[in-house]
Amino acid sequence: MATMTDTAIAQPAVRTRKPGSRIGEFAAYLQALPLLVILGTFLLLPLLMIAVVSFWDYDFAAMYPDFVTFNYTETLGSWVTWKTYLNTLKFAVIVWMITLFVGFWAAYFLAFHVRTSAMQTVLFLVCTVPFLTSNIIRMISWIPVLGRNGLINSALVDTGIVAAPVEWLLYSDFAVVLAMVHLYTLFMVTPIFNTLMRIDRSLVEAARDAGASSWQVLTNVILPLAKPGMAIGTIFVVTLVMADFSTVQVMSGGQSASVALMMKNQMSLLQYPAAAANAVILLVLVLMMVAGILRIVDIRKEL
Amino acid sequence: MTENASHKGGVSRRALLKTGAAAAGLAAGSGAITGFPTIWAQNPITLRQFGTGVSNINAIAEKCKEDLGITLEMTATDSDAAAQRAVTQPNSYDIADIEYWILKKVYPTGVIQPMETSKLKYYDKVVPLFKTGKLTPDSVIAQGTAPHTVGYVESKDAKTFASGETGFFTMMPTIYNADTLGIRPDLVGREITSWADIMDPAFKGKTSILNIPSIGIMDAAMIMEAMGKIKYADKGNMTKEEIDATIDFLIKAKQDGQFRAFWKSFDESVNLMASGEVVIQSMWSPAVAAVRSKGIACKYQPLKEGYRSWGGGLGLATHLTGAQLDAAYEYINWYTSGWVGGYLNRQGYYSACMDTAKEFMSPDEWGYWIEGKPAQGDILSPEGKVMEKAGAVRDGGSFEERMGKVACWNSVMDEDRYMLKRWNEFIAA
Repeated sequence: MATMTDTAIAQPAVRTRKPGSRIGEFAAYLQALPLLVILGTFLLLPLLMIAVVSFWDYDFAAMYPDFVTFNYTETLGSWVTWKTYLNTLKFAVIVWMITLFVGFWAAYFLAFHVRTSAMQTVLFLVCTVPFLTSNIIRMISWIPVLGRNGLINSALVDTGIVAAPVEWLLYSDFAVVLAMVHLYTLFMVTPIFNTLMRIDRSLVEAARDAGASSWQVLTNVILPLAKPGMAIGTIFVVTLVMADFSTVQVMSGGQSASVALMMKNQMSLLQYPAAAANAVILLVLVLMMVAGILRIVDIRKEL
Repeated sequence: MTENASHKGGVSRRALLKTGAAAAGLAAGSGAITGFPTIWAQNPITLRQFGTGVSNINAIAEKCKEDLGITLEMTATDSDAAAQRAVTQPNSYDIADIEYWILKKVYPTGVIQPMETSKLKYYDKVVPLFKTGKLTPDSVIAQGTAPHTVGYVESKDAKTFASGETGFFTMMPTIYNADTLGIRPDLVGREITSWADIMDPAFKGKTSILNIPSIGIMDAAMIMEAMGKIKYADKGNMTKEEIDATIDFLIKAKQDGQFRAFWKSFDESVNLMASGEVVIQSMWSPAVAAVRSKGIACKYQPLKEGYRSWGGGLGLATHLTGAQLDAAYEYINWYTSGWVGGYLNRQGYYSACMDTAKEFMSPDEWGYWIEGKPAQGDILSPEGKVMEKAGAVRDGGSFEERMGKVACWNSVMDEDRYMLKRWNEFIAA
C-alpha cells in the first residue's frame, strides 16, 4: 500500500515538472515526507525489527542477538505450523465466500433497490450499528445464544425439534465462522456499496434497451464493474481473518488453533524470536495473497 | 487540598523531604527502629511490588499505608510475564511477589537477595511445610517444585539452593493453596472420587482442562497416573518420554471429543461451569466460589490421589539497601503479622503464619476455613459478601486434611521448552 501511494503521487509530479525545475522536484518530496516519516517509523522500522529478532536466540528470560535460523526451521519443520496455517486458510476461504455473497447482496440492495439517497445513508448507518460496541462484546454475546443451555438450544429442545441440545453450535468451527462472518461482513459491504454507487445508471438502461435480461445485466454489467470493491473487501476480510486470534480462541473454546493464536501462545511463553519468525512467514503469505488479488483485479485502473 | 498546598510550597517541601530521608536513614542504620508503626509515617517510603495478582490486593496496600505509612505500588502480571520481568528488569521492583516455581527460574540469575531469618519476626511461626516440606512430621514430601527445596541458600551470595534449613531464606512464604477438580454436583450424577473421573466416557464433551501449559501438564499428569496409564518418577520434572506419553494421551482424548473447551482465564472457567457447558474441570478455588455466588451448585471435589498445590511468597530485590531494605523487612514482618493472613484465609487461600492469622479471625471463621467445622453463622468474604450460609462445611475439610494430601507442587521442568512445544501440538491437534 505504501509504495502504491508513493508512486501514485510521485509519478504525475515527475512527469509534469519542467526540466531543471528544482523547486518542483523538492516540493514533491516534501509532500511525500510526512507519510514517509509516519510509515517509516511506525510500520517499516517495527517490521524490520521483527525480521531481525526472528534470527535471534532466546531463553525464558532474554533474547540474544545472533544469527540463527532454527526459529524458521522449527516453525516450518513442524506439522503443527502447517496444520495451523491450513486451518487458518480454511477459515479465511469459508468466511471470504460467505461475506462476499452476503456483502454483495446487501450492497446491491442498498445501491439499487433503495431509491432515496437519504434512506440509503440511514440504512447504511444501520449496518454499522453493531460496530458501536466492541469486537469482543459482539463475539462473546454469541455464547449465551449458541450454548448448550443457550437460546437456540432451549428453543429447539422445548419445541421438541431435537431431543438433546445440539453440541456443535458452540465451541466448534461453525461457531468460529459464524462469529467471523458477523464481525467482518461490513468490511465487504462498504467497498462494494461504494463501487456500486459509482456505476453509471445509464449503463444499466443501455443494457436493458439492448435487450438484456436482469440476470445478464447483473453478470455482464454490474458484477464486472463491482470487481474493485469486491477486491478491496476481499483484502480486508482475508487479512483480518488471517490475523485473528481472539475469535478463534473464544468461539472454539481453545479447541482450534489459528496462526495468530500460535504467535500469542509463543509470546506468552516469552518465545519472542519464534513468534517473530512466525510473523514474518504470515506477513509473506498475506502479502502474496494480496498481490494475487491485485493481479486479478487492477484496483487503480477500475476505480 | 493537601496536594495543592504542597505544590505551592514545592521548594521548601522538597528540602524537608531530603532531611527527613536522611534522618530516617540514620535512624534505621542505628537500629533505632524496634516495632511498627514507626517513623515511615513521617517519611514517605514507597515499595514497588509486582507479582501474579493473587495477592496483589488493594485492601492490603491500603492497610499497609495505614499501619506502616509505607506506600505500596502493586503491579499484577501473569506468571510468565512475572518470571520475565523479575529477571530482565530487576530495578523496576523492590518486592517480588512470585510463586516458588518461578523463583526456581529467577533466583539463580541473582536478582533476588536472600533474607536473614533472624530479621524475620515471624519466621518461627511459618508452617513446617515451607521449611521441611512436611506439614506434620509423618507426611510424605510431594513431587514437583516443593517450596522448601528452593526456600534456602547457604550464604548471602549463593546462587544454588541449600538442601536443608539455613539462616538465609530466599522468600518469605505468604500464600498457598491446594487445587483440585471442580464439579457440578447436580449434573455429574455420581460420586467423583478420582482425577481419572474426568476421562469417564459419560462426561464426553462436558469436561475442560486449563490451557496454561505449566499447570495444565500437571493436571494431565494427575489424570494419567490416576488412570494407571503411567507412573511418573517426578510429575514436576518429567522426562521427554513421559512428556510424549502425556501429550499423546491428551491429543487422543481431545480427538475423541472428551473436552468441551480449554480455558485460559479465571472468568472463562467460571462461565464454562456456570452455563453447564462442562460438569467437571480443572478449577481454582476462587472460581468455585464465584460459581456458587451465582446460586449454582459447584463443589471443589477432594480426590483420593491428592491435590496439586502451589505457593507464593515475597522476595527482596537485590538492589535494596539501607533504609529501603529495612522498610522491606518491616513490610514483610507486617505482612506475616496476621491481618493479611486473616484476609487471605477468608478468601479461601492459606496464610504461611497460621498462628498470627488466627488472632484476626473470628472463632467461627477459623472453624470454617481452617478446622473444617460447619459454619455457625454466615461466612463472609473479606469484602463483606456472604460466601456460605450457616451449616456449610468447606470442601475437602480442614487445613491439615487439604494441605496434608498434596501430591505435587506447581513446577518448572528441565525439559520446559520441549514440553511447551508438545503442548502447542496438543492445542493445534
